[in-house]
Amino acid sequence: MSGKHELFQYPAPDDPPDAVRVLDENGNVVADELLPNLTDEEFRKLYADMRLTRRTDRRGVSLQRQGRSGTLASCYGQEAHVATAHALAETDWLIPCYREFGTMLARGIDPKYLFLHWMGKEPGDHIPAEYNTVAPPTPIATQIPHATGMAMAAQLLGWEDTAFLCHFGDGATSEGDFHEGLNFAGAFDTPSVFVCNNNQYAISVPFSRQTGSATVAQKAIAYGFDGVYVDGMDPLAVYTVTEEAVRRAKSPREGESRQTLIELLLYRLGGHSTSDDPTKYRSAAEVEQWEQKDPIRRLEVFLRETGRLDDEAIESIENANEALVDDAVVAAEALHQEPESMFEHVFHELTPELRRQADELAALREQYGDEAFDVGWRF
Amino acid sequence: MAGETDRLTLVEAVNSALHNEMARDEHVVVMGEDVGVNEGVFRATAGLYDEFGEQRVIDTPLAESGIVGTAIGMSFLGIRPVAEIQFMGFLYPALDQLFSHAARFRSRTRGRFVPEIVIRAPYGGGIHSPESHSESTEALLTHYPGVKVVVPSTPADAKGLLIASIREPDPVVFLEPKKIYRSFREAVPTEPYEIPLGEASVRRDGTDVSVFTWGAMTRPTLEAARQLEGEVDVEVVDLRTLSPLDRVTLITSAEKTGRVVVVHEAHRTGGLAGEIATTIQEHSFLYLEAPVKRVTGWDVPYPFPELEKYYMVNVARIIDGIKEVVAFP
Repeated sequence: MSGKHELFQYPAPDDPPDAVRVLDENGNVVADELLPNLTDEEFRKLYADMRLTRRTDRRGVSLQRQGRSGTLASCYGQEAHVATAHALAETDWLIPCYREFGTMLARGIDPKYLFLHWMGKEPGDHIPAEYNTVAPPTPIATQIPHATGMAMAAQLLGWEDTAFLCHFGDGATSEGDFHEGLNFAGAFDTPSVFVCNNNQYAISVPFSRQTGSATVAQKAIAYGFDGVYVDGMDPLAVYTVTEEAVRRAKSPREGESRQTLIELLLYRLGGHSTSDDPTKYRSAAEVEQWEQKDPIRRLEVFLRETGRLDDEAIESIENANEALVDDAVVAAEALHQEPESMFEHVFHELTPELRRQADELAALREQYGDEAFDVGWRF
Repeated sequence: MAGETDRLTLVEAVNSALHNEMARDEHVVVMGEDVGVNEGVFRATAGLYDEFGEQRVIDTPLAESGIVGTAIGMSFLGIRPVAEIQFMGFLYPALDQLFSHAARFRSRTRGRFVPEIVIRAPYGGGIHSPESHSESTEALLTHYPGVKVVVPSTPADAKGLLIASIREPDPVVFLEPKKIYRSFREAVPTEPYEIPLGEASVRRDGTDVSVFTWGAMTRPTLEAARQLEGEVDVEVVDLRTLSPLDRVTLITSAEKTGRVVVVHEAHRTGGLAGEIATTIQEHSFLYLEAPVKRVTGWDVPYPFPELEKYYMVNVARIIDGIKEVVAFP
């Protein structure tokens, strides 16, 4: 790229910088100084939550294939993002994207909510208040200004020890909302952590078509804060970097920015969604190459070799996860909404017109029966 | 329309129109998210990338305002972009470019800069898609002067209307009812042809009541008319272009039957049915035998899939509305 902007001097790396990494692809520690300071139990919990995320994801896809659930966006292969939630205190806030639902599971949110959401049942978004987690939206990048606004509100309210961590994908960085959200964060010096899960495709469009920048992380400099480029298939690197970013958000030292833009370089092994056929735009060889970097296997090797995990512990984790997911599916399938409920939360109180429309629907159901709605019309 | 035909679905007819127009005019380009290598998430742009290459079938960054804004800019130098917004529910970030710029440039530059662009977007519900994928908020678009809004309800119309839209010297939003993207086939000429914008189509002649509708609602409306055969003689008018409205056809039909029902899947309040009912009331008040009836979606955010069947207008509701109007007083 030299010569492209000869007149101007600004950081423009020829290639992406080396990513922050703690474990290599075989699970060996390559940066002792970056090893998270976690108890054995906390290490195992991270591993267990990643496996729970994969199990929930695989079950969701399977239910979709069986016609028992609707479209979902899989995070298969991206499970290291779970570590970002482990780096948060319970009082911190999580503003996830639909693909980073592993963070929600890691916070203790019942997988039932995810199955409800994927099954097209709105109570899936009624996440209990104690989890400090915003229900993920579907439009792209729209949660980023929300996350910044929440952090601005925390400043107004005098909360001095709360960080706000927001997830999004690489495609989101092309939207105006990404720029506006990060720009506000820098301008208002908010306690914000932005996590870009760069899985290298926005549905079919590769990262090289999202931006001319070598990395997302380098964009942070334009907003007046720090960016960090991380091996997103390495859960321990993800943890260490996020923990440091959360600390800075709450109490930056001299010369540190309060905000951080974290770029996790990773890969989704599945499609964008269950409606997507990724073989149209990427090769089997590419997928196979990334399968070798499996973040769960990488962590498992490390934990086994350091004596923190054995077959018995894994079996116990898997049994507990299986029971949790099975119960969640049963609960989600059992929940049915009354049609009139769609009128209830449009406004704080039912308006007279909405009351009239709800009555109209009730009368139609009584007159024609629910079968008239089931049949719809012939096409 | 003589000549060769294929039996196409609506989405295939859209694709055929794009092939025809890109072959005819090298200035026509297709742009949007996933329209190239992936051939569109609904396959509307199938084959275009292979045939015309990445210069003319442009995979863009994920940025709706950017897509419409750059399309406007391209049009100023004579390129004719056909931009895809993947779902109507994702059009909103681009509304500033659409309303503040696409719709106004001709007026404020007295015709010097004219955004000759088409924005295609699948719209409407009934396919159990996730949140924000089922919007039917076309009334927002028709409220704004300077942008034309087109909605086909058949494959043959989709092709002719899209070709006319691409050739149209004004910005056009072309909304494709995804519920009927693949639900039936009909004969569609292989050669290019135009169906003029601004002309409604009388799908079924009748004398007792006029039902005005468009898009995916046209099929259940025709089905309701069929089920009422022998009891009520229903005229069904498919608007096809929502802006500008074909007021002549609406008024002619209303004055013939004296009774009017408007069917749309969009929300009721501020929906286009209000404009249609008022138009008829202003022009044809003394011809009316009954108040104009609206059969529409409810004033609630489009529900999650489990409840969408209770949101969607169905045959029973249309029959109910027609009977109410016919029975009046």
